[in-house]
Amino acid sequence: MATYNYTPADFKSDQEVRWCPGCGDHAILNAVQRALPEVADATDTPHNLFTFVSGIGCSSRFIYYMKTFGFHSVHGRANAIATGVKTANPALSVWVATGDGDSLAIGGNHFIHAIRRNIDLNVILFNNEIYGLTKGQYSPTSKLGKITKTSPYGTVEKPFNPGELVIGAKGSFFARSVDMEVMLTKECLVAAARHKGMSVVEVLQNCVIFNDKTHALFAGDKATRAKHTITLRHGEKMLFGEKREKGLVFENMKLKVVTVGEEGYTIDDVLTHDAHTPETTLHTMLAAMKYPDYPVAVGVIRDVEDPVVYDQGVQRQVEEVRAARKITCVDDLLRSGATWKVE
Amino acid sequence: MEQKNVQALQDVVIRFSGDSGDGMQLTGTLFSDTAALVGNGISTFPDYPAEIRAPQGTVAGVSGFQVHFGSSRELNPGDYCDVLVAMNPAALKANRKWLKEGATIILDGDSISEESLRKAGFATLDPIAELGIGDYNVVVPDITAMTREALKETGLDNKSVVKCKNMFALGICFWLFDRPEEHAFAYLDGKFAKKNPVVAEANKLAIKAGYNYAANTHQFANNYRVAPAKLEKGTYRTISGNVATAWGLCAAAEKAGLPLFCGSYPITPATVILEELAKRKDLGVKTVQAEDEIAGICTAIGAAFAGNFAVTSTSGPGLSLKSEALGLAVMTELPLVVIDVQRGGPSTGLPTKPEQSDLQQALYGRNGECPLIVLAASSPSDCFHYAFEAGRLAMEHMTPVVLLSDGFIANGSEPWRIPSMADYPAITPPIVEEAPEGGFMPYVRNERLARGWAFPGKKGLEHRVGGLEKDAVKGSISHDPANHQLMTHLRAEKVRMVAEDIPVQSVYGEAEGDLLVVGWGGTRGHLQNAVDQLRAEGRRISLCHFNYINPLPHGVKEIFAKFRKIVVCELNQGQFAGYLRQQLQEFDYLQYNKCEGQPFTIVELKRHFESLMQ
Repeated sequence: MATYNYTPADFKSDQEVRWCPGCGDHAILNAVQRALPEVADATDTPHNLFTFVSGIGCSSRFIYYMKTFGFHSVHGRANAIATGVKTANPALSVWVATGDGDSLAIGGNHFIHAIRRNIDLNVILFNNEIYGLTKGQYSPTSKLGKITKTSPYGTVEKPFNPGELVIGAKGSFFARSVDMEVMLTKECLVAAARHKGMSVVEVLQNCVIFNDKTHALFAGDKATRAKHTITLRHGEKMLFGEKREKGLVFENMKLKVVTVGEEGYTIDDVLTHDAHTPETTLHTMLAAMKYPDYPVAVGVIRDVEDPVVYDQGVQRQVEEVRAARKITCVDDLLRSGATWKVE
Repeated sequence: MEQKNVQALQDVVIRFSGDSGDGMQLTGTLFSDTAALVGNGISTFPDYPAEIRAPQGTVAGVSGFQVHFGSSRELNPGDYCDVLVAMNPAALKANRKWLKEGATIILDGDSISEESLRKAGFATLDPIAELGIGDYNVVVPDITAMTREALKETGLDNKSVVKCKNMFALGICFWLFDRPEEHAFAYLDGKFAKKNPVVAEANKLAIKAGYNYAANTHQFANNYRVAPAKLEKGTYRTISGNVATAWGLCAAAEKAGLPLFCGSYPITPATVILEELAKRKDLGVKTVQAEDEIAGICTAIGAAFAGNFAVTSTSGPGLSLKSEALGLAVMTELPLVVIDVQRGGPSTGLPTKPEQSDLQQALYGRNGECPLIVLAASSPSDCFHYAFEAGRLAMEHMTPVVLLSDGFIANGSEPWRIPSMADYPAITPPIVEEAPEGGFMPYVRNERLARGWAFPGKKGLEHRVGGLEKDAVKGSISHDPANHQLMTHLRAEKVRMVAEDIPVQSVYGEAEGDLLVVGWGGTRGHLQNAVDQLRAEGRRISLCHFNYINPLPHGVKEIFAKFRKIVVCELNQGQFAGYLRQQLQEFDYLQYNKCEGQPFTIVELKRHFESLMQ
């Protein structure tokens, strides 16, 4: 493992951070700037290879605050632009800062296809269930019935669960964190960076102005999070609760919350998290767990090794074809096939 | 074999026509390649329906391929044909209007039935009389039956045998025009011999049978010799506009020393560019077949940011989808080439037919003040040159370039004297290798107003770009009014200054006269032929044809001032004329426009020009 000895300050740009006071984005920025020194060492990536791409929305201002290469693009297109960056130069560590509007609405097509291709991008999906920069319209993750400026009588459309979408699109990596949980976010980001292929880290983020406390019922404070979220780690038992007294078991093709030591359930009945299995069923169920019936799953839910990685595949094909090539330059190309001479 | 009369001809136009599944594109291509190999000048024009297999036997389903070959270097595929090969009554009917007076028509006799005549919309059982071509040289051989007979020993099933009837027709044409069969044989061997040698053999047999049939019967009064063209010395090949475009892009990448990246989405008639570039991994080309048109251009913009020579190819509907991202490329001042192979519009329009109606979209089709370079290629082979130019200007001036081609030159082909890359200039983009003292500022400009291109991965050059307005010096976000005014000016001025870096506009013909024909892009062959013919008749007419649209080259005003009348000819409703009225207001512009999804014809152009000079 390389040691670059970077500090978070090495990734802070000189730009004034202009998110609203109390916005969850501040904590995410903090987590990313703390994660990158560790990512640099863990993936042997020097500072000059970090490149951040964003679309449009509050989240997408992110790149201006990072002292890295950055591209603030147009609405919805971050994943497509990042696909071009990474394919053109696979040596770069390419990160996407995007939101629920940017990647799940206007950019939904690019999002699912980047996942399907399994291109080696690290996507930080800021999910505040609202359009913030346009001042409060509902998003594709807003809860059914949500009252906003464009849904004054409540929405009549169901939201996406980003985890289900990622796994459904053949995603090989999905993690979820909460903006306030800086250390957990950092842990997820480092795991995302280590993963070869497309990694999506959903961060449940609070928009203090237009959708305050949207995640508060299960994630509002530490005590609530202990009760109503479950932190998944590969190889560990699926336990949660203030005293980790509760666990998840699999019964009748469903997940079930039980209390260890009650109704005959023992610790052996509690599931052990396997993030590495290619099987999607349990990962999808875990990603889909909703308050209040279930604890909301955070941590790395899915982290599967997939040898089919787009940018590497393109690069490998170029190298293979070049090794056996007959055409070595444009002059060769122009003279390939049927030609004739006029004397 | 009885020796027939041999007649020498200057040039001939043949149209191969049949159902869209009859293999007419292949038949035409084999004939034109053979003509090119024996030294004729050629120009071709495929004319096919948008459907892959349109309803059989109907006029809508007719697919055609026209070849003009001759003793001079042809400039267009010809308007009207000397020979029509029609595989069914629908093909005959569809092409009636393209027959020269007294043309030779070869119609498959086996294709004539009550049903086929009805499907083709004939009212009677005598299509020849109904179309009024009884006096023409109509030959009705039973092509299907003779093909079946010739191939009966091959053991192929009936369906596969009947598929070879296009080769029988090709054989007839080979005899008529005294062409060797070897090239077609070699092609068929290459295509089928490994996978299916029986099919290769059957196709060759069909060609031979058609040839022998024509030689042995008295059906044709003559056969013809078309002497080779007098071409400049050199090594030649045939090339289509789309392939030439793809190769020109490869050439620009090579001369810039950068990898070529193409992000694109399949769309008629541009797809061959992506297909050709996908083959070019041997030259290090990376292609992304994106999920949509928007992702096509966005992956290209990302690749340009990362330091590749990035391109995207499309047609009109795709250019519409790319508009917003094209604005981003203008704003971030990244080099990018967008190729728009125009087709008939609006909306889905006429996907397989040529038109020049995307000009104003290319010039203006974006939000905000959003100038960029617009070029247009004017023949299949010069697509190579203008694709190279598009790359050179994009990279050296740090701006997107739209290169306009069209379905006519993109699918058409012609012989091309192969250039040597040693004769092309090096391309030198303003790449930044290391940070200057005080740090790298992304919007600091050189004498061409081009900003520095700093690839991610280069130490000390970390910087941020984006679609928000940027401070003219530091490159940070700026909403300052004076700064926006300055940046708007700089973006326009940068494109305007490209006029210093392109050739001065030239005029074809005399420098002064009664009528100046003005055209742009893919109509050059037709316009030049019409002008040539009128000049030969002593008319004072010249042609000013444009390949550089924005900015306009220097010298235009001086040319325009020397003519009594100016007529701007375009396959649209007057988009270039409108642009010229805005750019050079002191002149009066007449217009000649057509939106039929077909090229101009020499005949109509001449007639119109004559009327203007009376």
